[in-house]
Amino acid sequence: MSVINNSLLIKLLSFILLLIFWLIIASILNIETLPSPLDVFFKLQKDLSNGSLIYHLSITLYRVLVSFLLAMFIGVAIGILMGNNKKIDNILDSWNIIFLNIPALVLIILSYVWFGLTELAAIIAVSLNKIPNVIVTIREGARAVNRDLLQVAEVYKVNKTKKFTLFYLPQLYPYLIASARGGIALIWKIVLVVELLGRSNGIGFKLHEFFQFFDITSILAYTFAFVVIMVAIENFFFVPLDRMANKWRT
Amino acid sequence: MQNISINIEKKEFLNYENKIKPHIAIKNFNLEIAKGQFCSIIGPSGCGKTTLLKLIAGLDKAYTGSISFGKNKAVYNLNKAFMFQTPRLLPWLNVQQNVEVVLNKNQKKNEISKKFLSIMGLEKFLDYYPNKLSGGMQRRVALARSFATQPQLLILDEPFTSLDEPVANLLRKMLLELWVKQPTTIIFVTHDINEAIYLSDKIVFLSKPPSKVLKEISINTKRPRKMDNNIIQKIKNKILKENKSILKGEL
Repeated sequence: MSVINNSLLIKLLSFILLLIFWLIIASILNIETLPSPLDVFFKLQKDLSNGSLIYHLSITLYRVLVSFLLAMFIGVAIGILMGNNKKIDNILDSWNIIFLNIPALVLIILSYVWFGLTELAAIIAVSLNKIPNVIVTIREGARAVNRDLLQVAEVYKVNKTKKFTLFYLPQLYPYLIASARGGIALIWKIVLVVELLGRSNGIGFKLHEFFQFFDITSILAYTFAFVVIMVAIENFFFVPLDRMANKWRT
Repeated sequence: MQNISINIEKKEFLNYENKIKPHIAIKNFNLEIAKGQFCSIIGPSGCGKTTLLKLIAGLDKAYTGSISFGKNKAVYNLNKAFMFQTPRLLPWLNVQQNVEVVLNKNQKKNEISKKFLSIMGLEKFLDYYPNKLSGGMQRRVALARSFATQPQLLILDEPFTSLDEPVANLLRKMLLELWVKQPTTIIFVTHDINEAIYLSDKIVFLSKPPSKVLKEISINTKRPRKMDNNIIQKIKNKILKENKSILKGEL
């Protein structure tokens, strides 16, 4: 127990240290483009109380969630197919490599041009950026699946749903969790760019607006709020999920 | 009339580098196993014993011939259990779940799994994950899993190899006890002739590949037999005297 507490304490102290550095540098320089953490904190408080931060934050989170789920669902399905079927793998592999290497910005621009400046276009652009990554990871997992365990299911005539959820899918857990964690981090960054380029709400849109007014305090306040949410998702969703899935390894 | 008849004309494996000359694993293989019989199969290493079991279990359907029970009913439809060379437990399920996972929803899962795991002496380990158990205990879970489905045919593929002799002996005893409690037809592959004599009603010797039945020998000694007993040695010596190179797959 003391080891865990210690490491938590160290993490907390190092975070506070970062804030202190920031405070010192900001007060030495004393320029408008580097506000002190206290300014940012007050700004954050103000934006929180008038509701605008919550509004834009929830819109962005909604986009992150929808494109994340879409990308994971499609990516996992195609990844499993490619990992299990050599023919499908051969057909789709070159497509995947192309999509993997198209810059995010190009996909976003094309999506807006082809589908209009709509919510759908935004979601498609973000998902398309993530799907190839999911495919690559899950395909690797599907190739590494232990056929011996599937034979057990076959001999005992375990039904298809059970075979998939209890014999097959658990073998993919490490790959699923890896791609989900990497996915959410990549997706929220792309969502901001998508919002900046073609939406009229969300964190990305607001950052663009603040940039035009050189309102660095607001930029930092919004960024901070968003990072806090994402860290919370990592710690209160992915970490417990990972622990649950790996309980048997301990 | 629930005898199992195995008639395999040919089972071959295509070699990807040499497509002209496929490897013929099994040829003209004919064997009849009576209902409730404990039948052991012995053959030299690489003679296709595991291949044969996979065909019987329906895991491999690419062969010519028929494997049936009763009046030409496909063995595939039998309720089967298979104990593999390694325990093949699901590492993410605990001991009890590993047994329950192969039961269907009409069965009283909790009751049945507990019953068979207690027979195996594992009642204190129900919520353990397999990686916390010894090799012998993992095999006991696999054995419990095999019997829990109440199979009409139980196939075992060298299930007790790589265990030390006392543990292997304990498991052989447990296997026989379960079989007495819940009779079923058993096909048991081994390379250990002592083990075969100790366990079986009938021993089938296989030839070198392409594999076929060399000889069938019935063992009529009364049970319970003793593994380190003279009787087993005597039977063994007699078999080996009459058929000198039978363990090498030749007559």
